[in-house]
Amino acid sequence: MATEPIVLSTVAQLFPNGISRYAVGGLLVGLGVAVIYLGTAITAGASTFLESTLSYVSDQSRFRRYRSSRDWRIVFTLGIVAGAAVYAVTIQSGLLSSSLYTPGTTGREWELGGVTLWLTDVQPWRLFLGGVLVGIGTRIGKGCTSGHGVCGVGSASRTSIVGVMTFLAVAIGTAQIVMALGVSP
Amino acid sequence: MPLIFAGGLIFGFGLGFSHMARPEVVLNFLQFTDFGLLFVMFGAAIVTGVAFAVMPRVCDRAPLTGDTYGRRLKPFDRNVLIGGAIFGVGWGLSGICPGAAYASLGVGNVTILWALAGMFVGAYLQGVVRSREVPSSRSTAADD
Repeated sequence: MATEPIVLSTVAQLFPNGISRYAVGGLLVGLGVAVIYLGTAITAGASTFLESTLSYVSDQSRFRRYRSSRDWRIVFTLGIVAGAAVYAVTIQSGLLSSSLYTPGTTGREWELGGVTLWLTDVQPWRLFLGGVLVGIGTRIGKGCTSGHGVCGVGSASRTSIVGVMTFLAVAIGTAQIVMALGVSP
Repeated sequence: MPLIFAGGLIFGFGLGFSHMARPEVVLNFLQFTDFGLLFVMFGAAIVTGVAFAVMPRVCDRAPLTGDTYGRRLKPFDRNVLIGGAIFGVGWGLSGICPGAAYASLGVGNVTILWALAGMFVGAYLQGVVRSREVPSSRSTAADD
């Protein structure tokens, strides 16, 4: 049938890097959350760390309420950094390879002690200004891509589904405008 | 705590493996040139969805904390839309969200410190402003 190559080429256009690295990575992200949930009943999100960590240095009432969770949130964040570093040492450095993994062409690679590390080309002003807005927005909006997107959607929470649709739609609009203005990278 | 570290380890490895720790790849999704991100977010949500649905039926309390298993449900109000929109502008501009930013540091992307610094500045600013607001109700739930 003539339709088959058209379907395949459409899929190839939508997913130029395949889907396996995304699907496998996503399953692992979910597994990480599930492991913590199984042992502790905690639904772990990433953005509260920003406020809970500020409670060590600031006495604002808004941060004080996170004192009870601030220690494990630091452990969770250090785990995320370490897990990504394990990926860098093994797969990014080519020590391990998998048919499920497609290497990328984005950014720049650099070497440190035999480990292949990676640097973004996105400009620092975009990262900083975007970061400020992410810091404000995730805390006012009650969650980020992990809190709302993974834990909230996994809970079939209406609040989270509305939250995800909101930030997804606005982010797509913003990124399209930024691209149309010719800002790259 | 070791379990939380292990969970973070798997979580961070997944973000590295899926290239979500690379702002360029997230921006490629938002600019419609690579839709892979959908598989990451929904793949993860399916796994947590199964865990959140099954565990409360298997046993009452978590072995390590003794807490009851529940879902992540938050009350809906205007802030979900306002905050979500502000987060959306920031995410669309930078291609980075909190969890991915921590992971980005792990893959060697020291430039991401700009975004992490920005996130702390933003979280601090909203915290100072909202701490001044007179708490009209004391029933505010903790946010993730």
